[in-house]
Amino acid sequence: MATTRGFARPYGVALRYLLVATVALGIVYPVVILGVGQLALPAQANGSLVSVEGEPVGSALIGQSFTDENGEALPEWFQSRPSAAGYDGGASVGSNYGPENPDFLAEIEARRAAIAESDGVSEDDIPVDALTTSGSGLDPHISPEYAYQQVTRVADARGLGETAVRGLVDAAVQGRDLGYLGEPAVDVLELNVALSQLGS
Amino acid sequence: MEAWLLVAQVATLALILAVLYRPLGDYIAWTFSSAKDLKFERGLYRVVGVDPSGEQSWGAYLRGVLAFSLVGVLFVYALQRLQAVLPYSLGLPAVPEGLSFNTAVSFVTNTNWQSYSPEVTLGYTVQLAGLAVQNFVSAGVGLAVAVALIRGFSRRSTGTLGNFWVDLTRALLRILLPLAVVSSVVLLAGGVIQNLNGFTEVTTLTGGTATVPGGPVASQEAIKLLGNNGGGFFNVNSAHPFENPTPWTNLFQIVLMLAIPFSLPRAFGRMVGDNRQGYAILAAMGTLFVVSLAALTTFEIIGSGTGPQLAGGAMEGKEQRFGIAASTLFATTSTITSTGAVNSMHDSYTSLGGMMTLFNMMLGEIAPGGIGAGLYGILIIAIITVFIAGLLVGRTPEYLGKKLGPREIKLASLYILATPTLVLVGTALSFAVPAIRDDVESTSIWNPGLHGFTEVLYAFTSAANNNGSAFAGLTANTPWFNTALGVAMLLGRFIPIVLVLALAGSLAAQGSVPVTAGTLPTHRPQFVGLLVGVVLIVVALTYFPVLALGPLAEGLPR
Repeated sequence: MATTRGFARPYGVALRYLLVATVALGIVYPVVILGVGQLALPAQANGSLVSVEGEPVGSALIGQSFTDENGEALPEWFQSRPSAAGYDGGASVGSNYGPENPDFLAEIEARRAAIAESDGVSEDDIPVDALTTSGSGLDPHISPEYAYQQVTRVADARGLGETAVRGLVDAAVQGRDLGYLGEPAVDVLELNVALSQLGS
Repeated sequence: MEAWLLVAQVATLALILAVLYRPLGDYIAWTFSSAKDLKFERGLYRVVGVDPSGEQSWGAYLRGVLAFSLVGVLFVYALQRLQAVLPYSLGLPAVPEGLSFNTAVSFVTNTNWQSYSPEVTLGYTVQLAGLAVQNFVSAGVGLAVAVALIRGFSRRSTGTLGNFWVDLTRALLRILLPLAVVSSVVLLAGGVIQNLNGFTEVTTLTGGTATVPGGPVASQEAIKLLGNNGGGFFNVNSAHPFENPTPWTNLFQIVLMLAIPFSLPRAFGRMVGDNRQGYAILAAMGTLFVVSLAALTTFEIIGSGTGPQLAGGAMEGKEQRFGIAASTLFATTSTITSTGAVNSMHDSYTSLGGMMTLFNMMLGEIAPGGIGAGLYGILIIAIITVFIAGLLVGRTPEYLGKKLGPREIKLASLYILATPTLVLVGTALSFAVPAIRDDVESTSIWNPGLHGFTEVLYAFTSAANNNGSAFAGLTANTPWFNTALGVAMLLGRFIPIVLVLALAGSLAAQGSVPVTAGTLPTHRPQFVGLLVGVVLIVVALTYFPVLALGPLAEGLPR
């Protein structure tokens, strides 16, 4: 009997320990952080929502597609990067294409041709972020180069002056953090919100 | 890309880690050396029924580790199977048996391999009460085992290594929890979410709808990185803008992954009474880290391979806000520790770049490695190094005043054989057994050709080394991978732990050998060089053939 007790004893301790840990680390800890977030940093904690006239139109951090119901790019909006997730915020995913995958190569070529046509630029000048999908499938950003490339198309489609639209991009370019971390980027949703207010 | 950006980023990281090294390392050493229990710790010991002054033999220490881990696996398994009736499950059904087993093992072993897509599989209760708890305690277990090994070196002629429950409690309450609370708030400020909103539908500017996910992410994210766990709240892990919104949160996450592992050599040096020993281990870890980072970053910036050349750069699977340099720094950190978080898709890296992430894991995750596991891993290699050096000059090997006899060398040798065996056997079985191969090739592999082989190799390397990152094109939610990877994770975690604790027990039982003119100094650059050399030779001899079949064959110019 003594040996059975000795053998079983760590399991009793382990079970009680895990239950205490579950309450402390699995419930109290996240709830405390929830409280801090909701009270002290509610905008961030709830997803950095962007609103137009009081109605949320998305999150500044979650990319969106600006397409019609058939998935065709709408020329009057700045376009996001291609996405393996189709910008479905409920199912983030990357393409996971290896560097030699034939499907990957075909998709690059198709995007290149489509963008050259829609934006009226040479096939050789298209920035790499416009031709590749992001890791998350929800990348909210494009490169400043890709944003500037779209200015003429957007201005034409809206009947606006190019200078005004270019000014919006100028204002939307975010530099590197601290001047050297990451890459310069343009938040597509924020740019398009600014664009929608320019016309009105 | 300007080279100075890269250098400035790495210099910032090095500076932060250098500033943390002494205070954090000393704090960790104090945590596990202090004789005094805090008041709430004494309360906890009373509730769970532990005598905090009860010293344990290595066998008793091990039984504590195994009992706690087994109970953890059963608990996380049960939570997933009961998901349908648990609150805050977002209407998701029970998780199937095979996947529940794989996921339970994955989080208890500190691997955090994810065969599932979290958004469509797990509700908030399983994420918090199951996975987040294991994020803490599996890291605590790793730290405790490392401390037990250090005590093996520092103690003399004793049968005991300390008390597992006390070490675990102190790791959790004095180190991980306070750091996690502070880090969560920093991440919140950067834009990481913390809510219980579920999925919110909004009407977009174009009149369509978009989904904004919710969840208690910040609290999970902090411990995911601090504990070198790596299991993402979302499918795409730290590439997801709600997990890792900005370049500065990205650097902060890298600091969280490295802070404790890179400070542990200091704690080690302090506990064995010679800080120079800690600096030697740190130097070996740092050298391997920097060389590996430079190689990976170079491969990605060059961007060879048909796809990257066609697109004009290796940006497939990378986020615009991070670009290449912040992606490769994260990838190196994550695979050379045991974290396995990703901020970019390793499957889409260039062939040789992807190989570096594999190679980092094949090093045994020791530079600096996972929390605790990295330190005990590199100390095993240090023992092998002393042994080889002893053979060269014909002397009995000694390390830190302990004789390394046949028993110690056998245990260390088994340690370095265990993980490669799991990796190579698992990969070989996937292709050698016809029924499995058909399933692997038709269902699991995503990219055709050599890259598909690398996906399978990566999966077993990640599982057996308890990393958890993936060439994520692989569909791993199949009976074969759920089972085989689950077994690889279990054995890859607990065989090394058994060997390390046995070794610690046998070292602690010894007296101390006095240092003589013939003792190999283990704190000089000469030893650091030897140590790095042994790591590279062991890994190269073990894995070169299999790398030649996958990434090398794909990536070398033809």
